[in-house]
Amino acid sequence: MSTIEPVVKELVVEASQERAFQVFTDGIDRWWPREHHIGKSPMKRTLIEPKAGGRWYAVCQDDTECDTGRVLVWEPPRRLVLSWQLTFKWEFDPNFVTEVEVNFTAQGPKRTLVRFEHRNLERYGEAAPELRKAIAAQDGWGKTLDEFKRVAEG
Amino acid sequence: MTNASVGFAALGDPTRRLIFERLARHPMSVGKLAAGLSVTRPAVSQHLRKLKEAALVTERQEGTRRIYRIDPRGVEAMRSYLDRFWDRALAAFKEAAERAEEEEETSS
Repeated sequence: MSTIEPVVKELVVEASQERAFQVFTDGIDRWWPREHHIGKSPMKRTLIEPKAGGRWYAVCQDDTECDTGRVLVWEPPRRLVLSWQLTFKWEFDPNFVTEVEVNFTAQGPKRTLVRFEHRNLERYGEAAPELRKAIAAQDGWGKTLDEFKRVAEG
Repeated sequence: MTNASVGFAALGDPTRRLIFERLARHPMSVGKLAAGLSVTRPAVSQHLRKLKEAALVTERQEGTRRIYRIDPRGVEAMRSYLDRFWDRALAAFKEAAERAEEEEETSS
């Protein structure tokens, strides 16, 4: 299997460990990029439920909800693991799981090292044959096979 | 440059990111892409050329139209996209956390 490197980021935040964890989770709506949303209606807010097994989702203007993933590990204020379950098509798929882990390390009373990792991205590759199949079925090959069937069956 | 870093650079442009996002949802023609964006058709073609060079997008002829879609072999495309996405998101997070800390200081 091909290896795809995880996306890793490290940043120093001039805020306490508790504050950093709290803004990342409870305060996610304050910073989550607005333009990135998967619903048909514009996004109203983003939420993470503060517990293991909690939902990570967006609420749109028309009050529909779009899931992004789940809380896998909830260890405030040090560690957070979320699942990111959006496919190539930006749709939530309960069977497609990649992981986002965020570690908050205090470097001072108001200084926190945040280490971020989004891993299992090779799973987008494993999903690719499915994607190709779906594309082939939609156009091109699907039609060709139908035509073949029609001709063959006379 | 490796494929991954070409892809990363190609997605640095916000319009190209938008095009990539749209093609992730539905394969479509240049005309349809341009109709939904506030850029000209030649500009969209230009962006598509860059995305193709980076192996993020493929095209194929369907009748008289060329249909563009995300290259399904391009797992790196997704990685590049997410890399850019998290850069922006985490920069915004840092700002929000530091602002919250400052507000706490001024109010206490």
